[in-house]
Amino acid sequence: MKLTLTVNGTTHTSEVEPRTLLVHHLRDNLGLTGTNIGCDTSSCGACTVHFEGQSVKSCTMLAVQADGGEITTIEGLADQAQQAGISTGDQDWHPMQEAFHQCHGLQCGYCTPGMVMAATSLLEENPDADEGGVREGLEGNLCRCTGYHNIVKAVLQAKGGA
Amino acid sequence: MTAVMGTPMLRKEDGKLLTGEGKFVDDIHVPGELWMGMVRSPHAKATITSIDASGALAMPGVQAVHTGPDLADMGLWIAPLPCAWPVTPDMLNPPHFPVASGEVHHVGEIVAVVLADSRYGAADAIDEVVVHYDSLPAAASVAEARDGDVLAHSDLDTNKAYHWPLVPDPDALDAAFAGADVVVAADFVQQRLIPTAMEPRGVLAVPSPHGGDITLYSATQVPHILKVMAAATTGIPENQIRIIAPAVGGGFGAKLNINPDEILALTLANKLGRAVRWTESRSEAAGSTHQGRGQLQHIELAADSNGKLQGVRVHVDADMGAYMMLITPGVPLLGSFLYTGVYDVPAFGFTCDGYFTNMTPTDAYRGAGRPEASYAIERAMDLLALEVGVGPDEIRRRNYINGGEAFENHEAASTLVFDSGHYGPSLDRALEMADYEGLRAEQSRRREAGDKVQLGIGMCTYVEICGLAPSRALGGLGYGAGGWEHATVRMLPTGKVEVVSGSTPHGQGHETAWSQIIADKMGVSPHDVTVLHSDTAMSPLGLDTYGSRSLAVGGVAIAMAADKVVEKARLIAAHQFEAAPEDVQFENGSFSVAGSPSSSVHIQELGFAAFAAHDLPDGIEPNLQEQVSFDPPNFAFPFGTHVAVVEVDEDTGGVKLTGYFAVDDCGNQVNPLIVEGQVHGGIVQGAAQALFEEAAYDDEGNITNPSLMDYLVPSTMEMPSMKLDSTTTPSTTNPLGVKGVGEAGTIGSAAAVINAVCDALSPHGISDLEMPASPQRVWNAINRASGNGEGGAS
Amino acid sequence: MIPAPVEYTRAGSAEEAISLLTEHGDEAKLLAGGHSLLPMMKLRLATPAQLIDVGRLDELRYINADNGEVAIGALTRHTELEHSDVLADACPLLKHVASLVGDPSVRHRGTLGGTLAHADPASDLPAAVLALGGTLVAQGPNGRREIAATDFFASYFESVLAADELLVEVRVPSGGGGWNYQKFNRRAQDWAIVGVAVADGGKGIALVNMGATPLRATAVEAALAGGASAAEAAAVAAEGTSPVEDGNADATYRKHLARVLTERALNAAG
Repeated sequence: MKLTLTVNGTTHTSEVEPRTLLVHHLRDNLGLTGTNIGCDTSSCGACTVHFEGQSVKSCTMLAVQADGGEITTIEGLADQAQQAGISTGDQDWHPMQEAFHQCHGLQCGYCTPGMVMAATSLLEENPDADEGGVREGLEGNLCRCTGYHNIVKAVLQAKGGA
Repeated sequence: MTAVMGTPMLRKEDGKLLTGEGKFVDDIHVPGELWMGMVRSPHAKATITSIDASGALAMPGVQAVHTGPDLADMGLWIAPLPCAWPVTPDMLNPPHFPVASGEVHHVGEIVAVVLADSRYGAADAIDEVVVHYDSLPAAASVAEARDGDVLAHSDLDTNKAYHWPLVPDPDALDAAFAGADVVVAADFVQQRLIPTAMEPRGVLAVPSPHGGDITLYSATQVPHILKVMAAATTGIPENQIRIIAPAVGGGFGAKLNINPDEILALTLANKLGRAVRWTESRSEAAGSTHQGRGQLQHIELAADSNGKLQGVRVHVDADMGAYMMLITPGVPLLGSFLYTGVYDVPAFGFTCDGYFTNMTPTDAYRGAGRPEASYAIERAMDLLALEVGVGPDEIRRRNYINGGEAFENHEAASTLVFDSGHYGPSLDRALEMADYEGLRAEQSRRREAGDKVQLGIGMCTYVEICGLAPSRALGGLGYGAGGWEHATVRMLPTGKVEVVSGSTPHGQGHETAWSQIIADKMGVSPHDVTVLHSDTAMSPLGLDTYGSRSLAVGGVAIAMAADKVVEKARLIAAHQFEAAPEDVQFENGSFSVAGSPSSSVHIQELGFAAFAAHDLPDGIEPNLQEQVSFDPPNFAFPFGTHVAVVEVDEDTGGVKLTGYFAVDDCGNQVNPLIVEGQVHGGIVQGAAQALFEEAAYDDEGNITNPSLMDYLVPSTMEMPSMKLDSTTTPSTTNPLGVKGVGEAGTIGSAAAVINAVCDALSPHGISDLEMPASPQRVWNAINRASGNGEGGAS
Repeated sequence: MIPAPVEYTRAGSAEEAISLLTEHGDEAKLLAGGHSLLPMMKLRLATPAQLIDVGRLDELRYINADNGEVAIGALTRHTELEHSDVLADACPLLKHVASLVGDPSVRHRGTLGGTLAHADPASDLPAAVLALGGTLVAQGPNGRREIAATDFFASYFESVLAADELLVEVRVPSGGGGWNYQKFNRRAQDWAIVGVAVADGGKGIALVNMGATPLRATAVEAALAGGASAAEAAAVAAEGTSPVEDGNADATYRKHLARVLTERALNAAG
């Protein structure tokens, strides 16, 4: 069926099978492979994107459920910040991406796009999050490399710097 | 120029991974690619009686369905999947082909492969392949396999694959136990674990039918080993195979195998002249990627009345799973040398029996044998402390090698020579960071008050073997390859440096660390350095990344190759200066003649001279490029002390890890930021074994928790912030004085956490708990200890 | 893991959803947030032929407090409950319990009606609504009917909703006495191994994952009504339950947890 999505500010119209998962549509049809898949059960959060401004697990949405909506993926996060007047620095990174870099909040990088998208959403929802709030906000995103220590540090740093 | 090595330089790898630019296997597509879908056995042991693929073949987009016998007829391989480590000459090794024929031996074993023209089409076609089985009784645990009533393989007459002894001096061992005042004996279970790198595995084979070669993209830690083994397995000439490990999302050992899917993609693509791909799903992974641990351990300590160790005797029954994969049988051997831990033990003996079971094959998982060993000795030391009536810190101090003082080249009873160590300070510092006295006071307060939430403090001083490995040592253990690593360093004409690394990162940060080494060795900016890796066409020689070997072997090779480049450049500089090479000094990247510092040339300026080759000294070849294959003379032995603090809710049995303090010593550090990151992640994986994770199999050999909904990889909420520090005891094994740190956290943490849980429960008389210490297990233990009827089973 | 082929229709109104349900019968499944249904479809444990998406029925997204009652549209998302000022005043238990469902990304999609209709005995919100003595409003071809929460849950993943009915509203009493929710699990994002919801100072108590449906702890309620202390009442929390056994807990342990958590919840509720 016909599907129209605005992804990272660009509107795409596609023909998809109704069962197409949003994450597969983003990755396989739109070529936005930054969003990853780490599980089948909405457990790991590697596929986290923003739908209508909130974090969602794109493996647990049909693409057609998002029809007509706006999606931001890791590829569009910095541009979105820039449009909101947030400085993205020399690297053209969202402050959250910069904080992950500064705090060594990533190793293999596979969970990272989902983690960054969940982290920006959590600060949007809970701007005053302390360490406990950050940990609660990331409870649905699994990482196998960092032990979370530096991820939590990065989000707290991004909060301070925002 | 100030030193770059030893500083917390931010990672060069981060940019592409933070922005979605990093390309993992499933991100890479080529036109005309076919998707494999694996039809997998739902039975742990069964005879395949029929396979009807007609339904699948009738589906649009389905190109083919191949069964095991079909593929054998097609002649796609010349040998079974390889096991590189026959640990004894008579080890049993039943043939393991990518697709089963006749009898299946574990849930998830492939019985047919579907080729379809889309991801979704392959998933649909799997459901339309009808397979009939005659189910057979399965050996669903290592204990059952050892009993031998049920055979894992019908055509073997035993489940026992091998017996491997390491008893250097049996008489001394017997004497130690005969003369001991105290003997402590304990049995521990190392449960099976699912490694769970966040990126599932995946492959993409791209043939070049007219070019005559084939490229395999694989989410692998071991592209070089895969290339050799793929050639040996398929008969495709090795020089026609190129392996690329693109961005790889973690490995932890689970990506160091030669897997059925890799061989299937390679051979089917080669046969069809079309690209063939597959991406593992998470729930599938429990049957398609090897698991870790899976050991029953028996350990005995002999000590005098003061708790001074006289001997250690160990037996391990190891769960091989259904087949011998690349290094399956060798994993327990990697731990065998470490059952004496950090202690001065005069007599030692280790034996291991490997058993086949009808479960997913086991193989390396972070630490591979060493976390198991460290767990056994460090748990047993706590039991000895209880027996002798001293604290867990004191029992360790009484037994540290060289009394806890610094040492070099200590020959252990296991026959290995520990390069260097200094165990006392790491314990002192860890206890200081944790405020050990304060914690003990709080623990007493809660005990006296009868609080329902009790405090437990556990410690572990570990040593591990890394820097795999001296090739001769591997040869002596029956391993089928060497342990060297290769590096090439070249100065490009424009002064930039290319490093070709044989070790192959999958998240560690080699590009950054290698750039730091080059920066110091050659006096260039680390940002002028590019590290090429993970593609056998760019990096033809290498032995890849596992066993905490990258820095201690590969990094050293890079440093040595850089030294050679500098030496060659010195000759060219001397020629330009018209001076003798021995009069030319090299500092901060610049050559100058001693005594006339005003004229100097930077090594980056010599790149073009070497490239143009207009005026090189006689006998000097053009270009500044040198290579080194470094074969380490010994292993490296990192160590450290970890302290875990837990709260145990005695009403619910719930355990909360509330504090973690670790002091690790990995010798000289290249990048402390990366070291800390490795330790953090390692600690959490070990703590996860202690408290959360277990690949749970039922009596029929079905895995009951294959998804991440049920297999409990912990999240931010279950793990605490950690406090780390380090000591520095340089290795004597290599010129950089470095050890490894990729596995250290995992090797130290499981024992520390369980020691803490047992410490919390000690007033109940509880001295041991099986991993994972789930709330139900803890509650059962408390109940049993109180003589309460409830909670009989653990 | 990929769902089997399925047809999809987005309903523009509750009436259209019901008429589509009538048309497709057992072949159809309602899709709200999708966080219960889609994982089952991906594992191919559910293979409906027709999905009827009710997720855009914004007329069923509201939280209104009026006349001693809070009326919540069935398609109100967990995140909206979690951040609701109306609930903070009128029904803080529901707000709190909503904040413990899954993880934030799940809560951004999951709906109150969806989780109730899914009737998973391990879910948090059904037990909260049960403890609150809520009323569920179902709409079918012949109009609306009210179902007491105590009558709503039939068995594992089964409610009394007819195949052509859509859950449209949930009503819970506002105000009331002390409340508490105890959720015991091994990972924060997981379902409760056991949970206990206490509403209105102990007049309504419900248990999570202690049987085929969320259960009212009627023995505890009766004991409290008879003047028992929290500890005495909690001692009978497992009466009449038959909890599942799984990798996390056997039945004996679940019953023990029910007693411990009930006592804690009662003490915390005051």
